Amino acid sequence: MLNFLNLSQAWIAAEAPVAIVVLPLIIGALCALINKERIAWLLVLLTTLICSALSFVILREVMASGTISYGLGGWDPPLGIEYRVDGLNAPVLMLISVIGVICTLYALRSVTAEIEPKKRGPFYGAFMISFAGLLGMVVTGDAFNVFVFLEVSSISTYVLVAMGASRDRRALTAAYNYLILGSIGATFFVIGVGFLYMQTGTLNMADIALALSESGESRVTQVAFAFIVVGLGLKLAMFPLHLWLPGAYAYAPSFVTAFLAATATKAALYLLLRFVFTIFDPTADFIISALTWLLAVLGVIGMFFASFQAIFQTDARRLLAFSSVAQVGYMLLGVGIGTMAGVTAGYVHLLGHAMTKGALFLCLGAMWYQFGVTRISDFKGLGKTMPWTMGAFTVAGISLIGVPGTVGFVSKFALLTAAADKGWWWAVAAIVFTSILALVYIGRMLEAAWLQDRPQVDGVDVATREAPASMLVAMWALAIACVVFGVNATWPLELANDAASVIMGGAG
Amino acid sequence: MNSHLILRTVSKFLIPLIVVYGLYVHFHGDFGPGGGFQAGVIVAAAVVLYALIFGIDACKVAVPPSWIRIGMTVGVMLFAGTGVVTWLLGGAFFDYDVLKYDPDHPAGQHLGIICVELGVLFTVATVMVAIFYAFGSRTPDISDEDW
Repeated sequence: MLNFLNLSQAWIAAEAPVAIVVLPLIIGALCALINKERIAWLLVLLTTLICSALSFVILREVMASGTISYGLGGWDPPLGIEYRVDGLNAPVLMLISVIGVICTLYALRSVTAEIEPKKRGPFYGAFMISFAGLLGMVVTGDAFNVFVFLEVSSISTYVLVAMGASRDRRALTAAYNYLILGSIGATFFVIGVGFLYMQTGTLNMADIALALSESGESRVTQVAFAFIVVGLGLKLAMFPLHLWLPGAYAYAPSFVTAFLAATATKAALYLLLRFVFTIFDPTADFIISALTWLLAVLGVIGMFFASFQAIFQTDARRLLAFSSVAQVGYMLLGVGIGTMAGVTAGYVHLLGHAMTKGALFLCLGAMWYQFGVTRISDFKGLGKTMPWTMGAFTVAGISLIGVPGTVGFVSKFALLTAAADKGWWWAVAAIVFTSILALVYIGRMLEAAWLQDRPQVDGVDVATREAPASMLVAMWALAIACVVFGVNATWPLELANDAASVIMGGAG
Repeated sequence: MNSHLILRTVSKFLIPLIVVYGLYVHFHGDFGPGGGFQAGVIVAAAVVLYALIFGIDACKVAVPPSWIRIGMTVGVMLFAGTGVVTWLLGGAFFDYDVLKYDPDHPAGQHLGIICVELGVLFTVATVMVAIFYAFGSRTPDISDEDW
């Protein structure tokens, strides 16, 4: 009766959507008990590797044969919880799990430096659970299940941010802020889902979409839409709901910051796409005006506002955090344009920015690890004292600005084209102008690092002290990805195009 | 020592009953209102009552915090483990029907939900106690005499 040997390829392919969530969840619970830091780390690394492999299997399957649907517990979809993977969420799954591997590699040294010894096992446990939650909210096709996983990942993330307290006590207030605002966001989201349930009597996303298209829009649908957009807006740090983000990114352990910056807001953005375009009817009047006047306009205001704030920061991590808010603005602008090209551009920016910002935060963490660098004035001479780290930082930095040959250029160019096609010249101007602002804030750091001399301690130049190899591998992996996908952008563009055609139903 | 004699005696009598009642709520969960979550809270309430009557230090001897940590993990393992077992038996994740097949009675569903809810019971009870310990064991930053 026991089909142990049934772990064939077909079995893995069939069960992958569930396995990718269950595995990190189990390992997370185990890690909480493990006192040996190395064993916990090894387990986490292994799990993230397996999850990446599974996400590749899923992606290949989706590319080859379209949507995968999995009914949990043998209950068929509209009744039971469905896990549903299509061209829209398969790349996000892969993004989260690959970033997970890279960040875990980096964690080996950074966690030792930043977390108290007896908390390291539970720390890895919390990371695994947050990882599982993010994957879960991306993979599921059930609106309420999204809320459950949203909370799973958020609550463990609050813990992870608060763990930065052993490095800087301000992490506690940052985590508390994040907790309050994140909970409000989740509450708004679940209220919205409740209204949808009231309207349609089902929680399965595809079923809700079907019921909505039959019943037509009503006031209840509009209220549900408003609650869901505000709730997800809080989670994805949409301007002006971004107030939790700079603190959380600035004071969390550096490994957590990099992981969050690359994945958490991206998963929330995916959910926004999923809800706005595939559950609600994107051709309805109130949604079109919300896309234009809410997402696009707020996105552009956020781009300006957050970029200016970034310029005036003195703390390097806060600077990058404000830059993240600005980058979310680009993605929202792409979504707000609402055409096939616009959504594709927003989606490429989502993928590209995850690599770019992940690399930047990893580099900052390494600088803190070796020299305690937190402020921009500390960057003085880093190009000479940590050439490799600063090299990766520079590559990722120019990708953030959007210099040709990097992934940042690919997505910004796609966004420019989409905005121009739509005839939104104000948006084109905004993208160009805020890219110049990005040049200013990244330039400030690069200037200090490369053009200024090494700092002196007691009249002696500070010696070169490069980051440990495991950290260098992690940050360069992401920096090289920025360049590779910038030079040859076919793959990310293809993925984004597939994602956009899921949303637009191929009609565009 | 003799203060609150009635409270001590009554609660000593009641605490085992509370735990049994918790288990009743758990096992009755698939016929009526109840289930692992409620049961877990009731079991945790028994521990909290013990701590209130006999002091938190005595309670930590009776229910050591290290057990609590293990209990949380055991709960998750029971829950997810049920799913893994259904996998190994060749079904979909959480497909309880493969646990025990009975043509005219959903025996597998009963068995599966009891196992899963047992996991919920463990985790909820231990997390409740852990939260109670965390708040209950706090020492003020500055003790009252130092003011």
